[in-house]
Amino acid sequence: MDPNLDSPRTAAANPPIQPMPANLGAGDVIRASAMPDLAPPQRQLTPVAKLIDVSKCIGCKACQSACAEWNDTVPPIEENVGSYQNPSDLGPEMFTLMRFSEYENPNGDFEWLIRKDGCMHCTDPGCLKACPAPGAIVQYSNGIVDFIHENCIGCGYCVTGCPFNIPRVSKTDHKSYKCTLCSDRVAVGQGPACAKACPTQAIVFGHKDDMIAHAEERVADLKSRGYENAGIYDPAGVGGTHVFYVLHHADQPALYSNLPEDPRISPVVEGWKGITKKVGLAAIGIAAVGSILHGLLGRANRVTAEDDREAEEYVEHSLPPGRS
Amino acid sequence: MDKRFYSQPGDRIETVDPVLVSRYRRFTRANHWVTAASLIVLLLSGMALFSPSLFFLTGLFGGGQTTRWLHPFVGILLFFSFLLMFVQLWRLNLPRPEDVTWVGHIGDVVKGQEEKLPELGKYNAGQKFIFWAMSALIVVLIGSGVMIWEQYFPHLVSIPVRRWAMLIHSLAAVAIILTFILHVYAAIWTRGTIRAMTRGTVTGGWAWRHHRKWLRELAGREGRGPAK
Repeated sequence: MDPNLDSPRTAAANPPIQPMPANLGAGDVIRASAMPDLAPPQRQLTPVAKLIDVSKCIGCKACQSACAEWNDTVPPIEENVGSYQNPSDLGPEMFTLMRFSEYENPNGDFEWLIRKDGCMHCTDPGCLKACPAPGAIVQYSNGIVDFIHENCIGCGYCVTGCPFNIPRVSKTDHKSYKCTLCSDRVAVGQGPACAKACPTQAIVFGHKDDMIAHAEERVADLKSRGYENAGIYDPAGVGGTHVFYVLHHADQPALYSNLPEDPRISPVVEGWKGITKKVGLAAIGIAAVGSILHGLLGRANRVTAEDDREAEEYVEHSLPPGRS
Repeated sequence: MDKRFYSQPGDRIETVDPVLVSRYRRFTRANHWVTAASLIVLLLSGMALFSPSLFFLTGLFGGGQTTRWLHPFVGILLFFSFLLMFVQLWRLNLPRPEDVTWVGHIGDVVKGQEEKLPELGKYNAGQKFIFWAMSALIVVLIGSGVMIWEQYFPHLVSIPVRRWAMLIHSLAAVAIILTFILHVYAAIWTRGTIRAMTRGTVTGGWAWRHHRKWLRELAGREGRGPAK
């Protein structure tokens, strides 16, 4: 780990000619699934973010192609169902998806709202909270939430935990997949493949502070053009996200293919992984230990010789003679 | 054939000196042990996925992936083997007036002072509680379990419903483990009980002490000679 290296600030830079070691590893993990006693990270990287400016997106799907290209995934070919959205949903072979929605605004004008969907890299990730497999989901100090597939057991708890309906479990290898924020590219100073491929720079990448500053400029610009509800979607309910949006209708995120209004880890999931686990385990432990102790130290309920004699007398009396 | 109130077909006095009473037939016993083994596998594999501190239990089944695959299939096995038991046992587990008295004297039950308790049929109120608790919890567990079975039913229910299924599945699992501990504890504490599920018979003294109405009915039937 080179202490002089930090997170990349752009997706536009070209890679170096010389091979370089990965600058993102086990020492940068700040949280790991099912590992409450994780050692603290060896350093703090500057948080990164990918900003998706929906107002600049032209729906070309270069990001989808770049994603499949870089991650070497082959989404299955599907039927055309009358939408440009293709494939129809995220999948274990498609980590990002342009979601197309048609919206008629109050003035009666048609708007085509295209949102690049995929993992939001929450600061408080529901997938990581729900995951039962130690180290299958990790969060790095730069904010990236990554699935470590050799530890994944394919249970689908991450699907249950995610507030954005992102992870997909493969039917082939029974492991869960989602956008990695190109952690393998970020590790060598590059930005995500989608951001690099985007022809309109609707997708940009860098330090989160820089991205917020850029997003604010974009919002001011949109407002000056009449989109008075333009704003940033960086939901506080999940502690902010490391993939975030500029929306022209930030007051109505649901317009963008049901982007949740106020996402957070569901209280049901919190209840399951929190109090139920603690109290349940304690109750089971107390019951098990208590019954073993009582079994060893307490007095058992034994049949007496008297019981045996009375039973024999009674049975002999009621049976016909000769049967014994 | 006279109607039975406290016993079921197959229950009979086997020998008189000493008195041995047949309580469970071979098939019932074998099926009970299938249920028991399934429950233990489910308990270990389920606990492994419930708490990180117990994840090491997946090692018993060959790792996390195998544990995740195995658990629901064993759940189905348990469901059907318990269903067979349910069909055989439910009638004698219906509540009766003497159960109320028995529960009212729970202090004497715990002290083992059976002479202060009413005479009982094949099952006491505690055994009935375990039977009905197991029945209800197994239905809840199989229902919620299918909803969270990622491999075969990933889209059976919506994600919000799936979250509830997850919570309910873990609550029901805790409850059934507590019921299981009570069941095993009671069977061991009440000496002479385990043989009913191993050899199939209990001693006359055991039947006289714990299930006297059951013994009386069986003795009465034998007393009337072979079936007419």
